Amino acid sequence: MINSNAKTMLEIRGLTATVAGVTILKGIDLTVRAGEVHAIMGPNGSGKSTLAKVLAGHPAYEVTGGSVLFEGKDLFALTAEARARAGLFLGFQYPVEIPGVSNSSFLRLAYNTVQGARGKDELDPLEFDDYVREKMKQLEMSAEFLDRSVNDGFSGGEKKRNEILQMAILEPHLAILDETDSGLDIDALRIVAGGVNKLLTADNACVLVTHYQRLLNYITPDYVHVMEGGRIIKTGDKALALELEARGYDWLLDAKAAA
Amino acid sequence: MSASITTVSHPFVDALVAGGRALPASAASWLNTRRAAALERANALSVPTTRDEEWRFTDLAPLNHLHYGLPVADTAPVDVAAYIVPEAALRLTFVDGVYAPSLSNSGSVQAGATVSTLAEALKANAAWIEPHLASHAGFNKQVFTALNTAWLRDGAVVHLAKNTVLSEPLHLLFITTQKNAATCPRCLIVAESGAECIVIEDYVATTRDAYFTNAVTEIAVASNARVSHVRLQRESGQAVHIASCAVSLAKDASYVSQSIAFGARLSRFNLDVIHHGEGAQAAIDGLALISGKQCADTHTTMDHAHPNGRCTQLHKTIVGDEAHAVFNGKVLVRKDAQLTNSAQQSRNLLLSGKARVDTKPQLEIFADDVKCAHGATVGQLDAEQLFYLKSRGLPDTQARNLLTFAFGAEIVHRIPIPSLVAQLERAVMAQTQASV
Repeated sequence: MINSNAKTMLEIRGLTATVAGVTILKGIDLTVRAGEVHAIMGPNGSGKSTLAKVLAGHPAYEVTGGSVLFEGKDLFALTAEARARAGLFLGFQYPVEIPGVSNSSFLRLAYNTVQGARGKDELDPLEFDDYVREKMKQLEMSAEFLDRSVNDGFSGGEKKRNEILQMAILEPHLAILDETDSGLDIDALRIVAGGVNKLLTADNACVLVTHYQRLLNYITPDYVHVMEGGRIIKTGDKALALELEARGYDWLLDAKAAA
Repeated sequence: MSASITTVSHPFVDALVAGGRALPASAASWLNTRRAAALERANALSVPTTRDEEWRFTDLAPLNHLHYGLPVADTAPVDVAAYIVPEAALRLTFVDGVYAPSLSNSGSVQAGATVSTLAEALKANAAWIEPHLASHAGFNKQVFTALNTAWLRDGAVVHLAKNTVLSEPLHLLFITTQKNAATCPRCLIVAESGAECIVIEDYVATTRDAYFTNAVTEIAVASNARVSHVRLQRESGQAVHIASCAVSLAKDASYVSQSIAFGARLSRFNLDVIHHGEGAQAAIDGLALISGKQCADTHTTMDHAHPNGRCTQLHKTIVGDEAHAVFNGKVLVRKDAQLTNSAQQSRNLLLSGKARVDTKPQLEIFADDVKCAHGATVGQLDAEQLFYLKSRGLPDTQARNLLTFAFGAEIVHRIPIPSLVAQLERAVMAQTQASV
């Protein structure tokens, strides 16, 4: 929901970034206010996922210019872990498998670290178990996922549900969900989108990076941005996503080339 | 292949050979013959040096500085409480090489299973011993196996008659209590067709001093039988532990093992698995977790001689301080072993700049229709895993500690005994968190 008086969550100005010496982001400008849902769309290789990873602090990407304020603070002055503790969340396109670390202890460590940073009480294993099982029920996840290693042997859909479970327990101020819809069948998509919708309030914000419009049937964006060649080339409302679904990206790219 | 061995004999070998010579003859003449043959080889062979290809990375020099001898008879009480595995159906305990009935829990196992000392089994004239004892673990080229065999008088034996399935594990516990003691533990496990068991072979110490364990284990798995083998080397930090395990698999037999090495100043473990029949399966995993100036060397050989064999292997090392881990994994696929499927992974984690790993996958394939994968990595923690944890707020040190723990825990979690998993998790936790 758009409220121009709402607090600014994220303010990106002229952001450029490289990976392995190649410039991927070539000047991004984007403002996200509390209560808003933004969708970032675009063809493969346009820089959508890079933007998500740069914001989360992935070490392979180097910021070469521009600025990002997260709730008024310089984002790049914070380590990846400090960004998470400050309320930034990245839902991974490819959640990482960690054999040997049980999902329950991982979730509890993450929860307690972020809670601690907010000056709230940590939960012991038994208390956390009750808490997380309730959250899992909402995502229709079986409790057996607690005993398994983090994402190890999970199906694509199970991994994505586990990402949204983490979002649910960490209660981020700003969630960036990178292709959360990829690899999901229609039932899983409905559950995952339902989980995200439940978490959206007037005080937080969400950026959805997605290739397809179908996720936006379930999570209604306030803004739709199209990325191409490391820049945002068009911004519109949800009607733009439908138009992209019907016409593809080429007309936009052609229009840009003609301009 | 083994190079010529030219070193002169060593004081400890002489001492052990002399001890073997002094042993009383067994009532079983075949055993006397095998012991005599082994003694002859022990005399003829010398201790390998780093010039020997099979010992290139592991210097046995620490053996020379110690004056090993026979353990003396000792009646001091030994506390085994820390080593008890509650799930185990029974436990055979050997203290300084000698069976300790008072520390054993011989409980009762079901009909069809024999779990006893070798001496008792020989006394009962058990017919199943002769075809197996000292016939799987070759001693013609291996001085340490020859020494162990020359010494052979007692040990732990497990025999499962046809289709006998033991669901509870058996615990074979070897404790060293005396400084400078030299012991030659011996185990024989025979599973007849269709039988199944889980065996824990466990080496521990109540002394923190130097001593020498020279262990040999033979495992024969008949057709459709299954042996699960958990091997724990938790010797004192000054000990020398040299061990061989020879596994023989018949048609459609299955062998699953986790070999964990935490202890010893110097350890060497040879695991040789031979497929003697079609369709045999083996899953052999290992973890060496060492620090200080420890050296842990694991050599494995998987010998596929028949079609349709399967083998998976994940060997991991976590090496801290100035420690040194060695892995040599040989996979031999003979001409007739078509449709063999073998996958070997060596994963090594160095926790300090002075830690060292030498890892060598060694594939020798003579059949043309096989699938053999292998890979080795040596390095630091996985950067993607590290970022994933940090992106959830975990501080750098905590994330690294957790991943180091997980690296070891992956092997520990494959052990089918919950109390051991919990105990070993704590050990991995203690050692990995201290190193960072």
